[in-house]
Amino acid sequence: MKVLFRNIGMTFGNVRVLDDINLSVSEGEFVCLLGPSGCGKSTLLNIVGGFLQQTEGEVTIDGEHVTEPDPRRIFVFQERGVFPWLTVEENIGFGLFRMAESEKRARIAHYVQMVGLRGFEQSYPRELSGGMKQRLEVARALAVDPDVLYLDEPFGALDSITRLQMRRELLRIWQAEKKTILFVTHDIEESVQLADRVVVLSARPGKVRRIVDIDIPHPRDLSDPRYIALRDEIFGEIGLAHQI
Amino acid sequence: MKRVLPPLFVAAIALGLWHAAVVLTGTKIFPSPLAVAKGLRQLPHLASYIGDSLFRVGAGYLAAVILGVPIGLALGWWAPLARAANPLIQMLRPISPLAWMPLAVIWFGVSNLAPIFLIFLASFFPVVVATMNGVRNVPPVYIQAGRNFGLSTPALMTRVIVPAVLPRILVGLRISFGVAWLVLVAAEMIAVDSGLGYLIIDARNAGKRYDLVVGGMLLIGMIGLLLDTLIRLTERLQFVRWAFND
Repeated sequence: MKVLFRNIGMTFGNVRVLDDINLSVSEGEFVCLLGPSGCGKSTLLNIVGGFLQQTEGEVTIDGEHVTEPDPRRIFVFQERGVFPWLTVEENIGFGLFRMAESEKRARIAHYVQMVGLRGFEQSYPRELSGGMKQRLEVARALAVDPDVLYLDEPFGALDSITRLQMRRELLRIWQAEKKTILFVTHDIEESVQLADRVVVLSARPGKVRRIVDIDIPHPRDLSDPRYIALRDEIFGEIGLAHQI
Repeated sequence: MKRVLPPLFVAAIALGLWHAAVVLTGTKIFPSPLAVAKGLRQLPHLASYIGDSLFRVGAGYLAAVILGVPIGLALGWWAPLARAANPLIQMLRPISPLAWMPLAVIWFGVSNLAPIFLIFLASFFPVVVATMNGVRNVPPVYIQAGRNFGLSTPALMTRVIVPAVLPRILVGLRISFGVAWLVLVAAEMIAVDSGLGYLIIDARNAGKRYDLVVGGMLLIGMIGLLLDTLIRLTERLQFVRWAFND
């Protein structure tokens, strides 16, 4: 097991946010944490990222306890996480400060290419669209070659067309780079399109209601009956009928 | 041209009104714009007065920046330090630099140091407070990202905090420069016998030369405007431009 959550509980003051979370994620797996706003899914991601200390239980990665952030596991925020005072190249190279200059150059060029930002190397984030900024942040994370990526509603601020493109991009990168991915979202469709497994959390305090295996190979056909069945199953689990 | 013409037009109207008011009221005390220009032209050491004033403001302000920015960074970063020091800062801040004049004379005597000290005091607190608030308002995602990539605290300071607050520091520096220039007249009332502030006091005391009083005021205003414009140009520098909308 790559990542192991054991009996994680979290209380802020007298607010119970997470309750008895147990979950194991294997190497190279793509897991979505799905739940309504305020269910503690971001809190859970911040705990495994080392930014918050849980009040109960333990998280281990490769058997080691998580106590602080670590460059082997990079957190990707919504596109607001890129540094506006650095160019595209400088952002991607941000975490490569221990690397020899020539190797760093090559690494930056490789990820500029991978996320489709060729020609924008010298641009500043303010000159990029929301989707490009998001790809830039993913490239900055990948450049340090982490084994786990944490994504906290990364596409939440993008328009729906860009969001679909970004999901396809992310799947392509995940398949090429073989990273373990923990992806937080409140979007049911998004989770079924992306994940190997969807962890459905309840409203506060967040508990694991169910873990749904998405046994559809990529690329996924969004009109496939199996896709629709799984999606509706999760809609039902959350207590929503899939109609307006 | 479009940006320069309307302000010039307004200034010309103001000068015209001023001139008309002096002529119509027949005042013997308040000078007309022409009298002010004539008076200033006949003043022998105007250039050295301007130079002395710029030197004093520059020295006091520079000392405030060199001390104030690091102190502000430290206070913004370590919350316990800020909690301990903030009441003292907030108590000292509202005391007008003018209240320090008697002490400045005792400590620094008749020298350039007295007005420099007053200008330092005037600009030091705004620099500290602007920098401190800037650091506190750095978006947490930047700090989180910096930590995630394994930056030590000093590296986080130089690679994340400082670049992130630089635009706010620049705005703070501009405001504090305005304050420094504002207290020039008061600062040059003591201990010195040159400068634009001294010119105003001296012109009144020695022979009620109101043309020079008004001339000194206008010079202070115009040089202040010029310096503010120059400082504003720094907002276009590449490493802070992201924070300012063009």
